[in-house]
Amino acid sequence: MECDKIIKVTGLTKRFGNFTAVDHITFDVRKGEIFGFLGANGAGKTTAMKILCGLSLPTEGSGTVDGYDIRTQQELIKRNIGYMSQKFSLYPDLKVWENIRLFGGIYGLGFKEIKQRTAEMLQSLGMEDLRNEPVGSLPLGWKQKLAFSIAMVHKPPLVFLDEPTGGVDPETRRMFWEMIYRAVGEGTTVFVTTHYMDEAEYCDRVSIMVDGVIADLDAPDALKDKYGVPDMDSVFRTVAARRPAGKEAAGA
Amino acid sequence: MREFRSFVTKEFRHIFRDRRTVLIVLIMPVVQIVLFGFAISTEINNARVDIVGDLSDPSVRRIVTRIDNNGYLNIGKVYKNTADIDGRFRKGKADVAVCFENEFDDKLNSLGTASIRIIGDGSDPNSAQMIVNYVTGVINDEQGDIDVAWSGTGPSGSSTPAVKYMYNPGMLSSYNFVPGVMGLILMLICSMMTAVSIVKEKETGTMELLLVSPLKPVWIIVSKMIPYFTLSAVNLATILLLSRFVMHVPLRGSLLLLVFISLTFIVASLAIGLLISVISSTQKTALLISGMGLTMPTMIFSGIIFPCESMPSILQYVSDIIPAKWYIIMMKKIMIEGVGFGYMVKEYIILLAMTAFLLFVSTRLFKNRL
Amino acid sequence: MGIIDVNGIVKKYGEKTALDNVSFSVEKGEIFGLIGPDGAGKTTLFRILATLLLPDAGKASVEGHDTVTDFAAIRRSIGYMPGHFSLYQDLSVRENLEFFATIFGTTVEANYDNIKEIYSQLEPFGDRRAGALSGGMKQKLALCCALVHKPSVLFLDEPTTGVDAVSRKEFWNILYRIRSGGVTILVSTPYMDEASLCDRIALIQQGAIFETGTPAGIVSEYPYGLLAVKGKPVYPLLQFLRTCDGVVNCFSFGSECHAAIDSSVTGCSRLQRELSGAGFRNFSVREITPGVEDCFLQLSIRKRDGMR
Repeated sequence: MECDKIIKVTGLTKRFGNFTAVDHITFDVRKGEIFGFLGANGAGKTTAMKILCGLSLPTEGSGTVDGYDIRTQQELIKRNIGYMSQKFSLYPDLKVWENIRLFGGIYGLGFKEIKQRTAEMLQSLGMEDLRNEPVGSLPLGWKQKLAFSIAMVHKPPLVFLDEPTGGVDPETRRMFWEMIYRAVGEGTTVFVTTHYMDEAEYCDRVSIMVDGVIADLDAPDALKDKYGVPDMDSVFRTVAARRPAGKEAAGA
Repeated sequence: MREFRSFVTKEFRHIFRDRRTVLIVLIMPVVQIVLFGFAISTEINNARVDIVGDLSDPSVRRIVTRIDNNGYLNIGKVYKNTADIDGRFRKGKADVAVCFENEFDDKLNSLGTASIRIIGDGSDPNSAQMIVNYVTGVINDEQGDIDVAWSGTGPSGSSTPAVKYMYNPGMLSSYNFVPGVMGLILMLICSMMTAVSIVKEKETGTMELLLVSPLKPVWIIVSKMIPYFTLSAVNLATILLLSRFVMHVPLRGSLLLLVFISLTFIVASLAIGLLISVISSTQKTALLISGMGLTMPTMIFSGIIFPCESMPSILQYVSDIIPAKWYIIMMKKIMIEGVGFGYMVKEYIILLAMTAFLLFVSTRLFKNRL
Repeated sequence: MGIIDVNGIVKKYGEKTALDNVSFSVEKGEIFGLIGPDGAGKTTLFRILATLLLPDAGKASVEGHDTVTDFAAIRRSIGYMPGHFSLYQDLSVRENLEFFATIFGTTVEANYDNIKEIYSQLEPFGDRRAGALSGGMKQKLALCCALVHKPSVLFLDEPTTGVDAVSRKEFWNILYRIRSGGVTILVSTPYMDEASLCDRIALIQQGAIFETGTPAGIVSEYPYGLLAVKGKPVYPLLQFLRTCDGVVNCFSFGSECHAAIDSSVTGCSRLQRELSGAGFRNFSVREITPGVEDCFLQLSIRKRDGMR
């Protein structure tokens, strides 16, 4: 069963000075699942995610992402994952195809491959007519769909989505999630952080981080049963409310 | 009034909590003065003079000794062939070459004339011009002595005018750049800092809150200006002290007059800052506008580096609209010439009119909406 | 005549229409929610009401004062919390609060009762720089600053964006307590689940309002039957449901799919049969009452189709 784990971390810890942002977390993500990574502002989500993406070294603990060691093989991790964030995704002043070519190049695709992927991507997004538009002029929903496709340009087995759908209208959000479902259907593993608790219900399993530790981790339905509440919002509040008082004011 | 006081306090807090900026603002004048004073000095020191000619020739030797004795000039290498000059210039080993014709002394004695050629490395025209001037001066002196030695009495065929620089006998460039740096720094601090601090509030959204408050926009403007006004005053004092006691630039005129005119100029700069803040929506734009649109033209047109008089006339007209130019002219008059207000009425009226205009336009454009 | 009256407001930025003939009215003492995604025009509308922008057409008034001609009167009586926590990050919690109290011509002490409840939670961190606070704390401080001069109308532009679920819940409880003091609150949010927390809401998208009413009222006007289908894998399930007879549209909602159906054509049992027939296993179908988000989806689709 070990080979079914695309992310496996043990005792992951990250300290900044005397502040422990991530405190001995241990969990794994199975191949082909949508894994929700939830937590209040400042709970340590971003720090943990940076380690998993190969952008930061843990103070303690070990783990593998797609089989690569998070301490020694950061470059390989970066090359083999996809990453999309709402804050940074695409260059607004570059055209659609220029963005695709740029990121294809960054992920080491050949010229021919990029050309072929661009055509495929634009076709499946229904954006052939928009290939020469600057990305900045596209509606938010299009931008996000394009950003997701570009994060998948090198067909990574694992993709990280950092609050991908904040502020998008309900319909576009659903279109976006359908793209994720489709990617999952093709075997991709999705690791996603979100503030929308209803979005947490789209996930196969979710973890809830509180003050640097994983307070709970299970399937959304199992968590709802466990706490005897009707939705993930209540689950989150119940779990997060157990955090010690006074720690709250500390910044992220 | 309480609103106003609390606003000014807040502005001072912003400034003093940003230690790095305070440090830069307070140290910048020192650095600029030192830079202009020692590194970017436009005076010529230790120019390297190559000699092409025969050192055994007595007249040549006399002139060479004279050049060598000059404090600003050093003798580089002596060689016989003019063809070597090119190589020396290319390697950057010499700044100027003085070529004496063959049998210089004989010709001078028999024909009464012998030719000297001065070849300068013209790649930096300003310094080349100056070095050549120095060398020419030295040779002219020598010629004058020769004349005297020949006839024994009175001047003969060639004569040299005696030049004396009345207000700057030593031709020190600090006399020029200290007033220039004053103009530059005051412009920079007042305009750039004011603009950036207002635009920062636009960027973070706090301006929205200030505007929806009952606070009158004019008070927002005044409270933004006061801290930078204070900082500029500190800078002015620093510059004056440095120039007086480190650079030994005299302050021959009235200190009171100097301060009075400087305050007018500070207000003009604050108004420019306000104007920039009105037209820019991000701190980056504000910085670019004040950097490229103010500092550069001020440097170029205010005569710190290039004299305005040697510019094409169209650029001279452009320089007329730079407030710093008029300020610097007045500063030079006060500090170096030591004249009174009566000698700068025209300049002051121009500066005052500019100030009034800028203040009027910028406060009118400062909107009480977004 | 409400406390806030918005009448045919139009605002254009160049070619782009940010607000297109927006009208609604807010009654005294209610929490009125402006629900819509980013770029719907919520912030533009807030700025017009806070007298910071001039509309291109239409009229708006706050407590009877016109936003264009009588802006000074409005500025005295409103509290405004712009999006993205507009505070001075380099000033401490106390300095921020005192500053905003002073520029509104009052003191923290004079209005301490008004903010006591929220501020008491912040007081232990009074000397901390605002920039070093957590998202939830910043939001509370911003609210304190907006409340410190006892405004009668409160404008809150996306106060809960980027704030975690726990802090959001707390924030809404604070809003209810402010409302009980008779303050009228206009709040905007992109989170559909917050719609039901408002007394009345307006649904806004692309600069136009397509529905105004109480959350219950809007839900009751939902024109279709609604079925929640749960099953795996989700993507094929969604695709299949869309092909079924009588299914008007179908979207994923968390772990379920919500299928809007024409009740005269299909229903729970028929859909169950069809799903079984298509080879789906371990699924469930149940009838549910729609939520605000279902209505928003349906209305935005109807509007888009109507435009075609």
